[in-house]
Amino acid sequence: MAKRKLSGSDIIIQCLVDAGVDTVFGYPGGAVLPIYDAIFNQNRLRHVLVRQEGGAVHMAEGYARSTGKLGVVLVTSGPGATNAVTGLADALMDSIPVLCLTGQVPTHLIGNDAFQEADTTGITRPCTKHNYLVKDVNDLTRQLREAMYVAKSGRPGPVVVDLPKDVLVNEALYEAPSPRKVAHKTYRPRIKGDQRQIRQAVEAIAGAKRPLFYCGGGVVNSGPRASRLLTEFVRMTGDPITLTLMGLGAYPATDKQCLGMVGMHGTYESNLAMHDCDVMVNIGARFDDRVTGLLSEFSPGSIKIHVDIDPSSINKNIAVDIPIIGDCASVLADMIKVWKEMKPRRDRKAQAAWWAEIARWRKRDCLKYGHSDTLIKPQYALQRLYEQTRERDCYITTEVGQHQMWAAQYLKFDEPNRWMTSGGLGTMGYGFPAAIGVQVAHPESTVIDVAGEASFQMNIQEMSTAMQYRLPVKVFILNNQYMGMVRQWQELLYGGRYSESYTASLPDFVKLADAYGALGLRATKPSEVDGVIEQMLDSDRLTIVDVLVDQTENCFPMIPSGAPHNEMLMGPEDEAQAQAQGNEEGMVLV
Amino acid sequence: MAFETRPPGTEIIERHVISVLVDNDVGVLARVIGLFSGRGYNITSLTVAEVDPGQAMSRITVVTSGTEMIIEQIKAQLDRVVPVHNIADLTVEGPAVERELALIKVRGTGNKRVEALRIADIFRARAIDSTINSFVFEISGATDKLDAFINLMRPLGLVEISRTGVVAIARGAKGI
Repeated sequence: MAKRKLSGSDIIIQCLVDAGVDTVFGYPGGAVLPIYDAIFNQNRLRHVLVRQEGGAVHMAEGYARSTGKLGVVLVTSGPGATNAVTGLADALMDSIPVLCLTGQVPTHLIGNDAFQEADTTGITRPCTKHNYLVKDVNDLTRQLREAMYVAKSGRPGPVVVDLPKDVLVNEALYEAPSPRKVAHKTYRPRIKGDQRQIRQAVEAIAGAKRPLFYCGGGVVNSGPRASRLLTEFVRMTGDPITLTLMGLGAYPATDKQCLGMVGMHGTYESNLAMHDCDVMVNIGARFDDRVTGLLSEFSPGSIKIHVDIDPSSINKNIAVDIPIIGDCASVLADMIKVWKEMKPRRDRKAQAAWWAEIARWRKRDCLKYGHSDTLIKPQYALQRLYEQTRERDCYITTEVGQHQMWAAQYLKFDEPNRWMTSGGLGTMGYGFPAAIGVQVAHPESTVIDVAGEASFQMNIQEMSTAMQYRLPVKVFILNNQYMGMVRQWQELLYGGRYSESYTASLPDFVKLADAYGALGLRATKPSEVDGVIEQMLDSDRLTIVDVLVDQTENCFPMIPSGAPHNEMLMGPEDEAQAQAQGNEEGMVLV
Repeated sequence: MAFETRPPGTEIIERHVISVLVDNDVGVLARVIGLFSGRGYNITSLTVAEVDPGQAMSRITVVTSGTEMIIEQIKAQLDRVVPVHNIADLTVEGPAVERELALIKVRGTGNKRVEALRIADIFRARAIDSTINSFVFEISGATDKLDAFINLMRPLGLVEISRTGVVAIARGAKGI
């Protein structure tokens, strides 16, 4: 039974099952009919039928991010593939392992402008980690396995395998995977860090007076072991840590050494600590512009250590002093070993002074906001959501905008893989399908998409998917009837000219939920918030919660684009200052 | 402290010749070119041809320019491309030889024609096609030698130029 003859479609299913794939998110069409026929004839692979291909990729992303496994997508040629492009770009920016199988017209028709033909490998080349066009069924097994290896190893990312229809029908010998690990011909990411550089880094941390750990999604991607090791090491040093949007959960947010999120909407204490530290330990983050602010004034006095599995992340935006190329978990394990051997004698006085400084910054209480008895403040709604879900087995996804930043600020994550948000690409419409993907992977857990009314509408069609598979996803809409972040920037930088940022003709979300057979809830005043959250958590089916929040609330603290870390806007009282400075220079920045 | 923080990188823009060994496969060249255009890097010249048919490998020689940090980025980004085997920055990895080949068509009669032939001789260019009123010269050498020859041909009836771009290889016994 080692070798047998199978059709291309059967080979695909066999390869996926061999690799431990249990779920595929997809949508059928002409070019992939042979695979759908093969799916019909088996029960080892579950297919989740989406309502638009863009949703399928985000579902696979949610599935992958909450499990650490590969997310798999199956779409047809032409429009099926082009609809998937946004999700692929999203997965590339956030380093999510996704395999996207796309149908293609038969090989003899490629290039003829055939029906539903698109140059899928051409279109997806810049938005995938790698892609393949399978031209011969005899190469299919090898290329599929290679694609899955590339997607999952090193810095993970999306990989497209384009499958002409004749390749799906033709037969080839199928060989079961060899238990021996076969190295890829050219792609061999470096896992183990350079020992000399690791020692240098540990020495720098040990000698630091104002050290700061700055950690990102690379720790989460490296697996739960990396988070455990990070927690162990940071506690061993007793030094403060800040996390990026992608890194939330990599270190317990409720721990006293955690300063919260860093960056444009990060906490006051995190950003000032970034600015003033003397040794910065970047583990699995990439000095993104949303974190660094003005590059020339970014953390001017610090020695920078950068641990990253992707050599191209190092020295891209910020020149670093001690680069370490390797997997976060492996490097952290080595750092702990060196630290234990070294038994460093820290400068306790300096450490105490650093923590005293941080305590002063913390006293600013940068996340406080003006309470109201009549209007629901979005921050209040999220605080209540956190209080009511903190004891539960809960996963959170978000859309993109103000609600996303508030969620990052007010929901606290003590474990990795519990927080799924579109960080790099900032894809509105990500959160709801991602939540469906998470729920597929964790049917018994509570999965909540913190949404805005504008983002939610970008993939609202997936309500039908959630209903079909009885997935009790919760959509918690902070409804301010505006594209809130656009409105906030227009207020701060464009003289309050709210061009096209008001969302008119909104549906009645409660009635809409009802139309799909889902549960719809609404809160219009603060006293109703706890009640709807309770009802939402008790619901056993798709639940849409429409929370009508204060329309004028802005997201603070905020580092305006192009400003350094120590020039934060703390609240409405600083807005006038921002407007005064809002010159043309500010308007061209993103 | 064990050492000083790194000094700010130099802003001087330098020319680099980079050799890239890749799988000779569909789309690999597009991937490399797309990387340069997508990230806003410069391509001064680019050549590609299969060099190892047995292993289906091609060699791309790309001449680019940028600051030290940009050149480091270009190399790291190229290394990230899955079908890339090997990268060598010939400009920094010891001495290397560079050559370029050009075919140059010149039209003219009388004195201009004689002058063109005489300059070609000085530059060791060969006439590989000839009619009663034109020549096609083949010339190879360093880029600036070709530039100099072309400039001299301009007043003598230069019609068109076809250049290969730079190919390069490290001096000495060691391979890429």
